[in-house]
Amino acid sequence: MLARIQVGRSTTLSDEIIRTEGLTKHYVLGAETVRAVRGVDLLIRRGEFVAVMGPSGSGKSTLMNMIGCLDTPTDGKYWLNNQLVSELTDDDLARVRNRQIGFVFQTFNLLPRATAAHNVELPLIYAGVSSKERRRRAEEKLALVGLEDRMEHKPPELSGGQRQRVAVARALVNEPALLLADEPTGNLDSVTSADIMRQLNDLNKQGQTIVLVTHEHDIAEHAKRQIHLKDGFVERDFMNEMVGSAV
Amino acid sequence: MLVFEIVMVAMGAVRANLLRSVLTTLGIVIGIAAVITMVALGEGAQQQIQAEINRMGTSVLTISPGQQRSFGVSRGDTELSIDDALALRVETGGLLTVSPEQQTYMQISYLRWNSRSRVVGVWPEYFNIYDHELLHGRFFTQSEVQGRRRVAVLGYSASEDLGETPPEILLGETIQIRGIGFEVVGILAEKGGSGFLRPDENIFIPQSTAQYRVMGSRDRLNTIYAATETPEELDLAYAEIDRIMRREHRLRAGEDADFNIRNNADMLETFNETRQTFTMLLAGIAGISLLVGGIGIMNIMLVSVTERTREIGVRKALGATKRAIMTQFLVEALFLCVLGGLLGVAAGYAAAEAMSRFAEWETAVSPQAVAAAIGFSAAVGLFFGMWPARRAAALDPIDALRYE
Repeated sequence: MLARIQVGRSTTLSDEIIRTEGLTKHYVLGAETVRAVRGVDLLIRRGEFVAVMGPSGSGKSTLMNMIGCLDTPTDGKYWLNNQLVSELTDDDLARVRNRQIGFVFQTFNLLPRATAAHNVELPLIYAGVSSKERRRRAEEKLALVGLEDRMEHKPPELSGGQRQRVAVARALVNEPALLLADEPTGNLDSVTSADIMRQLNDLNKQGQTIVLVTHEHDIAEHAKRQIHLKDGFVERDFMNEMVGSAV
Repeated sequence: MLVFEIVMVAMGAVRANLLRSVLTTLGIVIGIAAVITMVALGEGAQQQIQAEINRMGTSVLTISPGQQRSFGVSRGDTELSIDDALALRVETGGLLTVSPEQQTYMQISYLRWNSRSRVVGVWPEYFNIYDHELLHGRFFTQSEVQGRRRVAVLGYSASEDLGETPPEILLGETIQIRGIGFEVVGILAEKGGSGFLRPDENIFIPQSTAQYRVMGSRDRLNTIYAATETPEELDLAYAEIDRIMRREHRLRAGEDADFNIRNNADMLETFNETRQTFTMLLAGIAGISLLVGGIGIMNIMLVSVTERTREIGVRKALGATKRAIMTQFLVEALFLCVLGGLLGVAAGYAAAEAMSRFAEWETAVSPQAVAAAIGFSAAVGLFFGMWPARRAAALDPIDALRYE
């Protein structure tokens, strides 16, 4: 199995969700060039739960933006779910985000004037799903995160934990290949944080691939694998031994 | 389907900032309302005058006194005499139907009723020229004109002023015009119309009677009317009238005419030219107000894009393409403008109605004007909404998501 994977991508279309080769990102800030990510090679398979860690300035955010198809690399290649996405146009990237990626943000990023149900439906609107089907799937995902009785509530009427659960439902509604959570517990208290992490763990157990960005070690402990970045390089990449006991 | 969602979102955004949206559209509302009202007034006047001119007939030439000038100095108005009218009748050999007109307002009485009406001295041909039809009785005759007989033909509504409806009661009765008794021999059918000529209120008497018995013996006509069978003969008639009138007035060749010959069709044309100028002016006003309104819309859309940067970021992250974002903001601008246009049409329509009710001005709101108004406001929305919408679409999702 391992041997086949190393032979080449073309022969192993199976379970690779993320593969990067020499992923590099440079920014020009005035006279200075910031080399935020300096050649990262990653391989994340279906069903993995990976925590990406690193101090600020480690290139963590830049890497996440590229993995989330919000940004394109200066150099290197990136395959998401076996599709080469590092050379796509903005609109094609929008379609990839729409169909392959579910985002959970630190600041929830829900539309404040829309109901929970409408917020969850949003990705489906851009996917061109009919309104009836959208509603059905939004209700299903909201029930999954335990908010079946909060469908018509607007974000200001919900607690922080509930808002983040709406965001999780929204991230899942397109059945994405990858759930990308960027500091999902950054704005939550410890009890609600634990609640959200339990939710992510459950999802992962059901086979959902999750990449989690955090700078908190106890949050990273929930993941099966940790990738530590430093100065734009992968510093450490290891499997958690404590998984299960932390939950 | 996606279009429906986009429209819903745009409407939601407008509703969320209702006061601001309404204030923003005010420029469009006022501009459109002003144009609708002015066009309604113009259209009303046009219809009224058109009807008037049609009623007068378009193959009628009107000869009126002009100014006599010598060495550029006016020597006052000249006069048209009955000899002019006679010469025109005799010498054009059947080409023209001619009638002089001598008119003034006079005191009329019948039994205990009094009124002040327009008394018009004409020849019987007059009824032919203006296509008057009889309701009762008869027209007066050529011999009655020659005999200066005291007979009168009443316009349809003249009898109302004398307290008698239905009008036929007056037939055969004697009415007093300036204290002189006249036998009513005919009642005209209703001609309709309002404005500067109200033929239904007139009292017609023979021109000779008017001149010698009622208005005094001054040999002075207000107007001579000359009609041809068909409009095609008008040019020839014009030349003939000019020739005969110049000779009658002893004008030398090259000397300015001391009379005017006008065709009702020319009047129509003059009126239409005036109206076109008026329309151009309106279009200018409309253009300026829509420009100002459009800049207001653009301004508020730029504010809206800035305020909702975060929302744009979220939508882009969740898979909205540039086109979807652009359409959303374009539809919002379009919605604002069309809303303004509709409100403007409603306000303009109400203003036009109020004017016709309270000021009694004729107004007509044409469907074309309404369609054009809404079309133009939509065009303004698209034009001025384009730049803000492009800005929204071009936002970088990462920057937009980070925007505070």
